[in-house]
Amino acid sequence: MDMLLDIISGVLLAAGSFFIIVGAIGLVRLPDMFARMHGAGVTDTLGAGLFIAGLMIQGGFTLITVKLFMILVFFFFASPTSSYALANAALSQGEKPWTRESDNTNDNKEDSSSKT
Amino acid sequence: MHAISLGLTLFATWLLLSGVYEPFFIFLGVLSCVIVVAIALRMEVVDRESHPVHLSMILPIYWLWLGKEIVLANIDVTKRILSPRLNINPTVFRVQASQGDELGKVIYANSITLTPGTVTIDIDDDDLVIHALSETSKGDLETGEMDRRVTALGGAG
Repeated sequence: MDMLLDIISGVLLAAGSFFIIVGAIGLVRLPDMFARMHGAGVTDTLGAGLFIAGLMIQGGFTLITVKLFMILVFFFFASPTSSYALANAALSQGEKPWTRESDNTNDNKEDSSSKT
Repeated sequence: MHAISLGLTLFATWLLLSGVYEPFFIFLGVLSCVIVVAIALRMEVVDRESHPVHLSMILPIYWLWLGKEIVLANIDVTKRILSPRLNINPTVFRVQASQGDELGKVIYANSITLTPGTVTIDIDDDDLVIHALSETSKGDLETGEMDRRVTALGGAG
């Protein structure tokens, strides 16, 4: 039984790590600040969720598991709020979202991404 | 009503986080909860918006549905990030929030942001300005299912 729980939690931790890495790759590959936030979203939701679920199985029926669950809930409240604050601040400072069209008409993709 | 549920929530949080159940520490917990509730009442921030107890029954059902949506959206965004050609087409568009009250709009806007592939970047009265990573993410949102479900939350309260 312990063996089985270890395997399940290991799979969850590995899957969570995979999505955290995908989020990091997204941060590097995506063209501008707004698009990069979608990459960060993968890390924030499925990455953190699966990782904490894996840790909760390791914790078993203890207060540690309850605290991990609280961390997860706070995560799901804080992450969209901070994302919105970031995006809205960028928008009000005149940051223009990158689109396929803007990339074709003027070649300033490097300028806009180095600003962020 | 809201003050009592706020106090009970605070005290439950205290018990779960401390893990020490000696009478003296429980007394300290009760004392700090009472002080916090008193301060919150004086600040007049204890209402259905800051402590939406009317949602506590129905919210878990919504969270389950939202969790499913988040997983599906994550898989879609992951495929796009990892595809060699970086298969994205970012767009900015508006959706209407039909909730009416501010709490409903916040829940809707945060749910959109929480779903990878769509981020709420501005709120303009009843319109939410959304940045979407691809046509798929945009299409998912434009079916209006999330909007309906959040509106139903408000109607239940």
